[in-house]
Amino acid sequence: MTKRMLTPSQTVGPYFSMQLKPVVVPAGPDVPGRRIRVEGRVLDGGGRPVEDALVEVWQADAAGRYRHPADARDEPPPDDGFSGYGRVHTDFETGTFRFTTVMPGRVPDPRGGLQAPHLNLIVTARGMLLHLHTRLYFGDEDEANAEDFVLAQVPAQRRPTLIARLTDEGELPTYAFDIRLQGDGETVFFDL
Amino acid sequence: MGMAEKLTDHPPFLYRDYRSTVLRAPRKDLVEIVRTLSEATGPGPAWAELNDDDTDLTTNAGTGGEALGSRTIVTGRVLDEDGEPVPGTLVEIWQANAAGRYVHWREVEFPAPLDPNFLGVGQCVTGDDGSYRFLTIRPGPYPWGNHPNAWRPAHIHMSLLGSHLGARLVTQMYFPGDPLLAIDPIFNAAPEHSRDRMISVYDHDLTTERWALGYRFDVVLAGPRATPFEDGDGG
Repeated sequence: MTKRMLTPSQTVGPYFSMQLKPVVVPAGPDVPGRRIRVEGRVLDGGGRPVEDALVEVWQADAAGRYRHPADARDEPPPDDGFSGYGRVHTDFETGTFRFTTVMPGRVPDPRGGLQAPHLNLIVTARGMLLHLHTRLYFGDEDEANAEDFVLAQVPAQRRPTLIARLTDEGELPTYAFDIRLQGDGETVFFDL
Repeated sequence: MGMAEKLTDHPPFLYRDYRSTVLRAPRKDLVEIVRTLSEATGPGPAWAELNDDDTDLTTNAGTGGEALGSRTIVTGRVLDEDGEPVPGTLVEIWQANAAGRYVHWREVEFPAPLDPNFLGVGQCVTGDDGSYRFLTIRPGPYPWGNHPNAWRPAHIHMSLLGSHLGARLVTQMYFPGDPLLAIDPIFNAAPEHSRDRMISVYDHDLTTERWALGYRFDVVLAGPRATPFEDGDGG
């Protein structure tokens, strides 16, 4: 059967940040789980912060459940305050983004094992004709990361681009994750 | 190979005529992965559940007044590559006003008037037949800094969040017969064969007497690739 042509992607442009409805947190304040903070920058090929990028998050809840009909496992479904989706734009002055959420649980992989905890990220910006998919893994989850089904499909020398660094172990553990669009240490982006 | 095939209908990351792509395009190949539950799911259904539609951009500024401009109905269906409707997809649009001006603090170089009755933002979730519908005003073209005397053709930005991550799409809808299309680097970054997919179709049957002009715009999203989860009970 002939497949239809896809509608081509176009840039999000410079104006989405006051136009798209803000969805800052994937998990509301009462959602069970360990709160974490993620902060980072989106960097261009010249190492400069991209001051008008959109970073979207799609994640499982603390029990490793997605709020989605395809996730039909027996565990209790996600709390009502948990959508699993959030989006933030980078700061116009500094190019940084940050959000607070709950640490995702482990999600099954197709082999019957468990993936390491991860956030699915989509990044796009003015000057990008297509968005990019990547994943954020957690630097203090060495054991889980070592057996992760998707990390194993990434060339070993590029895996570190997907690991966020724990920078603050205080009350609100904070992970640093820069997304490099191009050049040295270019982040791994996925073809889904 | 999968990637090359899949990207055929899309623009390349690097398109030199659109200058901002030069430092923002990845240079390494995308890494193809076997999908997991993380990719087989996506934010569309959760958003459909948690958000209300907001489809009348001519009045949703909430001022009690109506936006200035040519009233325009934009409707269509969201389909997958096999032509099957895709329900439960969040469709968000944003656009300039009739004078080509965005409600945005960064818009400082174009001395066109703002319209106090127009925000230029709407959202809705596709129905069981994959359809969506907005009432808006026709946006104006506006200048940008890519090259001397550069003007964007009139367009409506559209963001789609579906039921799996691979269905994510951000695109722009254009209007038929716009002379600026031929010289717009963003539109022309898409391969020649797929550009027409981004041009809406004027539909006189949709046009409402003494009210608004009608344009149809169907959107075709990538379907989910088979994952082991879809073969049965997983494991």
